[in-house]
Amino acid sequence: MMDKRGNLLNVSDLHVVFYTYRGVIKALNGVELWMNKGERLGIVGETGCGKSVTSRAVMNLIEEPGKIISGSVVFEDRDILKLKEDEVRKIRGNEISMIFQEPKSSLNPVMNVGFQIAEVLGKVNNKSIKSQYKAAAEMLEFVGLDSERVMSMYPHELSGGMAQRVMIAMGLAPNPKLLIADEPTSALDVTIQAQILELLDDLVEKMGNAVMLISHDMGVVAEFCNKILVMYAGNSAEYASTEKLFKKPMHPYTTGLLKAVPQIGRTDELKAITGTVPDLVDPPSGCRFHKRCPQTMEICKKERPPFIQVEEDHYVACHLYSQKGGENK
Amino acid sequence: MNIWTYILKRLLLMILVLFGVACIVFFIAHVIPADPISAMLGGNAPDEVIKRVEAQLGYDQPLIIQFYNFITGAVVGDFGLSLRTNNPVMQDINNYFPATLELTIFAIIISTVVGIVLGVLSAVHRNKIIDHFSRIFSIVGVSMPVFWTGLLLLLLFYYRLGWLPAAGRLDFFTIPPDHITGMYLLDSLLTGNWEVFKDALRHILLPAFALGLLATASIARTTRSSMLDVLKQEYITTAKAKGLKKNVVINRHALRNSLIPTVTIIGLTFGSLLEGAVLTETVFSWPGLGRYITQGLLFLDYNSVMGGTLYIAFVYSIANLVVDILYAVLDPRMRT
Amino acid sequence: MSKSTAKTKTGWVQLMRPYFEDMKHTMYLWRRNKLAIVGTIIIGAFLFIAIFAPLLTPYQPDVQNLSNKLLPPSSEHPFGTDQFGRDILCRILYGSRIAIQIVLIVTVISSLIGISVGVTAGYFGGIVDEILMRITDMFLAFPRLVLAMAFAAMLGPNLANMIIAISLVNWTPYARISRAEALRVKGQPYIESIRSMGASNFRIMFSHVLPMTISPVLVQLTLRMGTIIITAAGLGFLGLGAQPPSPEWGVMVSDGRSYLIDQWWVSTFPGLAIAIVVLGFNLLGDGIRDMMDPRLRR
Repeated sequence: MMDKRGNLLNVSDLHVVFYTYRGVIKALNGVELWMNKGERLGIVGETGCGKSVTSRAVMNLIEEPGKIISGSVVFEDRDILKLKEDEVRKIRGNEISMIFQEPKSSLNPVMNVGFQIAEVLGKVNNKSIKSQYKAAAEMLEFVGLDSERVMSMYPHELSGGMAQRVMIAMGLAPNPKLLIADEPTSALDVTIQAQILELLDDLVEKMGNAVMLISHDMGVVAEFCNKILVMYAGNSAEYASTEKLFKKPMHPYTTGLLKAVPQIGRTDELKAITGTVPDLVDPPSGCRFHKRCPQTMEICKKERPPFIQVEEDHYVACHLYSQKGGENK
Repeated sequence: MNIWTYILKRLLLMILVLFGVACIVFFIAHVIPADPISAMLGGNAPDEVIKRVEAQLGYDQPLIIQFYNFITGAVVGDFGLSLRTNNPVMQDINNYFPATLELTIFAIIISTVVGIVLGVLSAVHRNKIIDHFSRIFSIVGVSMPVFWTGLLLLLLFYYRLGWLPAAGRLDFFTIPPDHITGMYLLDSLLTGNWEVFKDALRHILLPAFALGLLATASIARTTRSSMLDVLKQEYITTAKAKGLKKNVVINRHALRNSLIPTVTIIGLTFGSLLEGAVLTETVFSWPGLGRYITQGLLFLDYNSVMGGTLYIAFVYSIANLVVDILYAVLDPRMRT
Repeated sequence: MSKSTAKTKTGWVQLMRPYFEDMKHTMYLWRRNKLAIVGTIIIGAFLFIAIFAPLLTPYQPDVQNLSNKLLPPSSEHPFGTDQFGRDILCRILYGSRIAIQIVLIVTVISSLIGISVGVTAGYFGGIVDEILMRITDMFLAFPRLVLAMAFAAMLGPNLANMIIAISLVNWTPYARISRAEALRVKGQPYIESIRSMGASNFRIMFSHVLPMTISPVLVQLTLRMGTIIITAAGLGFLGLGAQPPSPEWGVMVSDGRSYLIDQWWVSTFPGLAIAIVVLGFNLLGDGIRDMMDPRLRR
């Protein structure tokens, strides 16, 4: 399973835990994902399924009380988890950058916008921050803001949409190979959401960056991405090209998710998945989905399903498709 | 709200509060003591002496007139004569206050620097040795009575080790520097008088350290908790995601945000330093305003008590005003 | 008969269950907080000493014995003796009674003043609030010790007046907290419904607003007990509080100043007693605050 499946990013067998007073939260339990250059991968799943943790782990930004206990994150040909802090820092900002869900609280409240963009440019280009103000202003124009006005504004003076534009400017300023967008639109008004996504789509199209878009909204991901990873309770459940995933969802969880999405022209009943998200301090044995799964089998309670390829660009972790599960059937 | 409107509003409020403060001071000195003059002169002073002193102090007039005189005097800084020193109280204050100010400022500089460094280290290395040390230091520091710490320091550094002098602002034979601000350290620096500077520094170290201990502890504590708070914020993750060095993330992105609550504490601390100064000055025979008021109280020297107390309250209010303004400068959110 | 008692008993237990659960959780938090345990032990010992002082020492706190003066610490006098030959340990033990007296009385008086001012201001709002809060500001414009000194000196320096003086400067934080709490409670819909049933202002304030302010004020009370002891000792030290021969700790430290060079123990031990007790109150107060903090109760 260690073979390279993508030419930009290969995450395999990633385990992350959080130590809390309630016990150890097994947040990621062997996540698998990969990306090619210029590709757009959407990661979907319910709240708490480990989407955001995965994105943080890709930049090796898991902090106490969290800890990456095993796995690898190979970016191009470097394993980020094995690099020294100095070398990881050269990748962060320069080659991978990130935008967040709450744009206003992700900007430093005591610094003006210009400084915060110039700062990352200064770091990437190894120049003084002052010398980068012009470039920063250009970036602001690039994301459709009036640079003259916005440069000297403080985060609390920005609207949510403006703040997210600033974040996008900041994230794209170094022209990174990979942009991670963690729920970039969910804190914004619906009308602004569309604008921001369109803008992001536009800019990334022009610059050719790969994007990892994290969202709980299937619709957003379907529109924006060409590959989708469905996560459930810290596991990769299903990975496929957008088209295949929607046409032929394999994992019962994915099927459930798609049934829960309202669509225009849809006539069948809208169904929520029964049961609740499992407590990751004490996760279910075997397949973590077995308690909610409509097609659960005996083996699902005992053994974790492997993440296997079922066709080109289509992988799934479910005993329905595994050898052992097949025997059982 | 414009920052200048804000300052103006605060100033007006301060004037109102100061008027109230003057009322309280007057109440304490004129209304509480049943018979101030005989308390002052002792039980069996002859009647005519009592009459004369009463007239001299204006105590023979109705309270309302006394109050009027006190307030109108206070506005122009005239608090009458001190019975103990026979100088105008304001002149005494001018003599004594720079010593207190020098001590307090010196102490606050030490404690701000040490406190912030300790607090930041403590937060950044949470649950490591330095954090445990700093937390225990903080809680022990706020528990030690300042006059006792002062005595222990004297015992060690003066009596046992003989490294530092025990009392006063300068050695007996050292001539004070030319009067510019009245703060010897500053004045000797301004006049380039190194000998005096050294001497003044030697004298201020122990009292400033005793006085600053409490402030250091509370500043360290506040800085630690606000730093921990800030380090959890999302913009810190943003800064890290930019690939900035750890010390840049802390110094540039976290420190300024975490200093906002610290500034408030430093302001509050200034008040506790002023009261600590009263005790420290007594322990180290430091000729400051706190000692002046204490002596005045023990000798029932009403004018100097009223003047001194009012003056301290005035300084304290100014300090609080400065803190509020600083707060507005540090936090751009306050400016709008 | 017995059946019915059993039933009421279980009923009562049932009723109190959430409180027991809460208490259990509080105990759990308390046990996890080592510093709070240390604080509790210190304060427990302090109370024990104050109650049983006469049983813990063979000496009397104010009987002079000049042939024994200024003896260094020994097995007979563990903390040595002072300039009048009095056993210092004995005086410290008895001094704890004075300290506890000061803490309790000041706490009661100042919280009464503070809560009345705060609840009145918060409940009535408007001009009443404005006036009361400006008065609070005026008291806050003084360094607390300086104001207490002035009150104590003018009332006449002795223990009782010192207690009054400290109470007069110590009520402001309670006023602010109970005001904030009263404002919060006042906004609750149930107050409106009680009012619509015709309850008087006084009654609402007393039986509905006041009880809600108690718990945050209590936290502040424990947090401030250490400060009260320090202020009292400071006044005693300056000669503006309790007067000799009272074994008040601040007075004792002041007494020993003249003997600091050769008889260090005279000042050191009473000061140590102050520091330890204040530390105990601070640790306990911190612990209680942390336990009350909903963010830490997760």
